[in-house]
Amino acid sequence: MLKIKNLHASVEDKAILRGINLEINPGEVHAIMGPNGSGKSTLASVIAGKEEYEVTDGEILLFDEDIDELGPDERAHKGVFLSFQYPVEIPGVSVTNFIKTAINETRKAKGLEDMPANEMLKLIREKAELLEIDRKFLSRSLNEGFSGGEKKRNEIFQMAMLEPKVAILDETDSGLDIDALRIVANGVNKLKTKDNAVIVITHYQRLLDYIVPDFVHVIHEGRIVKSGGKELALELEEKGYDWIKEKANA
Amino acid sequence: MELKEKLISSFLAFENEVDLDSRVHDVRSEAIKVFENEGFPSKKDEAWKYTSLNSVLKHDYSVFPKHEKNVEYNDVKKYFIHEIDSYKIVFIDGKYSSHLSETTHDGIDVCLMSSALNKPKYQLIIDNYFNKIATKDSLSSLNTAFSREGAYIQIPKNKMVDKPIQIIHFSTGNEAALMNQPRNLIVVNENSHVQIIERHQSLTDNPVLTNSVTEIFANKRAIVDYYKIQNDNQNASLIDSTFINQKQESFCSVHTFSFGGKLTRNNLEFYQNGERIDSTMKGVTIIGNKQHVDHNTLVHHIEPNCESHQDYKGIYDDSSTGVFNGKVLVNKEAQKTNAFQANNNILVSDKASINTKPQLEIFADDVKCSHGCTIGQLDESALFYMQSRGIPKKEAKALLMYAFSNNVLSSVKIPEIKQRINKIIAAKLGVNIGFDL
Repeated sequence: MLKIKNLHASVEDKAILRGINLEINPGEVHAIMGPNGSGKSTLASVIAGKEEYEVTDGEILLFDEDIDELGPDERAHKGVFLSFQYPVEIPGVSVTNFIKTAINETRKAKGLEDMPANEMLKLIREKAELLEIDRKFLSRSLNEGFSGGEKKRNEIFQMAMLEPKVAILDETDSGLDIDALRIVANGVNKLKTKDNAVIVITHYQRLLDYIVPDFVHVIHEGRIVKSGGKELALELEEKGYDWIKEKANA
Repeated sequence: MELKEKLISSFLAFENEVDLDSRVHDVRSEAIKVFENEGFPSKKDEAWKYTSLNSVLKHDYSVFPKHEKNVEYNDVKKYFIHEIDSYKIVFIDGKYSSHLSETTHDGIDVCLMSSALNKPKYQLIIDNYFNKIATKDSLSSLNTAFSREGAYIQIPKNKMVDKPIQIIHFSTGNEAALMNQPRNLIVVNENSHVQIIERHQSLTDNPVLTNSVTEIFANKRAIVDYYKIQNDNQNASLIDSTFINQKQESFCSVHTFSFGGKLTRNNLEFYQNGERIDSTMKGVTIIGNKQHVDHNTLVHHIEPNCESHQDYKGIYDDSSTGVFNGKVLVNKEAQKTNAFQANNNILVSDKASINTKPQLEIFADDVKCSHGCTIGQLDESALFYMQSRGIPKKEAKALLMYAFSNNVLSSVKIPEIKQRINKIIAAKLGVNIGFDL
């Protein structure tokens, strides 16, 4: 579904990704781990199409199509979703209005009519329930004054509404207490089907207790230096990253 | 001939035409002298430092259009807020259009300045109110000298006016270039409430210069809500001067929506002559190309326990330029004044510019006065966030701009105006999003 081949990317001429190879198939959960500054969030942003990052070599294929030339919105229309580590505050736009606009713009791109208002309302209610979001929350300005937990729940709520093919969760566990973590993870698990895939970017094993990965990859200095099953995450939790760094640098 | 000379020489003919015995003859004569002495303002004047009238004054404007041209309602319907029932005072090339208007004398006066100036029954009102609050600067004086037509609205005590009043000036392009000088007088008596919508609209691209003056008197506990929709063609320029005199416990708000025109200058002055008065002025400016919009405001807090709220938002694209000059004057006696001023701007292009200047002169020692100006760009990280959810960049920008102007629109009390403004903004930004604020 998503194939990343020899991906090199830089920001302001500074190379950050130096040859990432990754293949993700429908139904899989991949965890990407690694020390600070290793390139995890950059990889997420590059897949989502952030303009500041320049792809200098390699390619990203989504359903065998090179998406390098596509804007972030067009990638979203094709099923890419990025849950932000730091969701942006947009004062003056309510959660409901924002998600309505996102849904209808996505439908427009696919040549569909706007979703009928009653259908939209029903969908919003259903998905809000899944994330244990109450109705008052939906009329607040997007992310403005939200707690860390509210922001992340709102991200997964949007994911639930947009039903992406590939969802990238960029440090969704940061800033979450244990209850919020459970709600968010539970939401992600319920959205999981055999046709979609999830990439979980995290520092810690904690989230992976709830969202169990099929594969774990460790990034160091812009390359995947080790891949394995879910037991790799436990090993990292126990031993830290130093042994990986040493091995990679050897 | 320079426009100034043309106007001065036209004045004699004008006086002959509108009757030398007119009650305001002396007022007019005084006024033309002021204009003759001072002429048009230039960038040397502090109040016009960032706004040059040169490009506007170069046209050979007709001062008195000779020919009348008929306009059909269907052709201009879109310029009305036609979704609502309203009184209408409509002018075509400066002349009253009875067939497009809907005036009344039933309990309230919604009619014409020409009637008020000429009919004996209005003499007392004219004596008491005409040219009493307008500043005696050169442009207002020029308007006073030629004041003949415009809207005259008089609401007696304890009247809740049943529907809004629309004042619309059309210019047809019948003249190669036209100068309009409408003069409005609005007197709202105790406990009365009125809503007014004003628009200047040219129907072709022929140059138009409008020098409009409006005087508003809000007596005790009166409520006046005034909406100015400025979305004129690219060769139309507007100098709009509005002067508001408020008595105790009155509430006046002016919303100015500036989207069109070549050059727009809004002079807006509030005088608080009483206690517990509330003055609100809000503006949304969205312009591009080489458009220029200048907001020049004054709130004069004269007595204690009053409030003023100013909130102006501007979005400037291409090579457009903006000015905000907001003066708040608090007299020594005006204790417990609460004055708030904000001017926030977004420059969409590198070539756009805004000059913003808050000016607070406070002589009382127990007041709350705040002001803030910001100039920024659209938040790139917000754009990426929205795009990543499937909203194209253009729509994302529009959404951010909508959101930016949201709190100005939220105080608009007529929903149809809010809808219209949303539509104009969407058209202005070239998007079609079913987004309702």
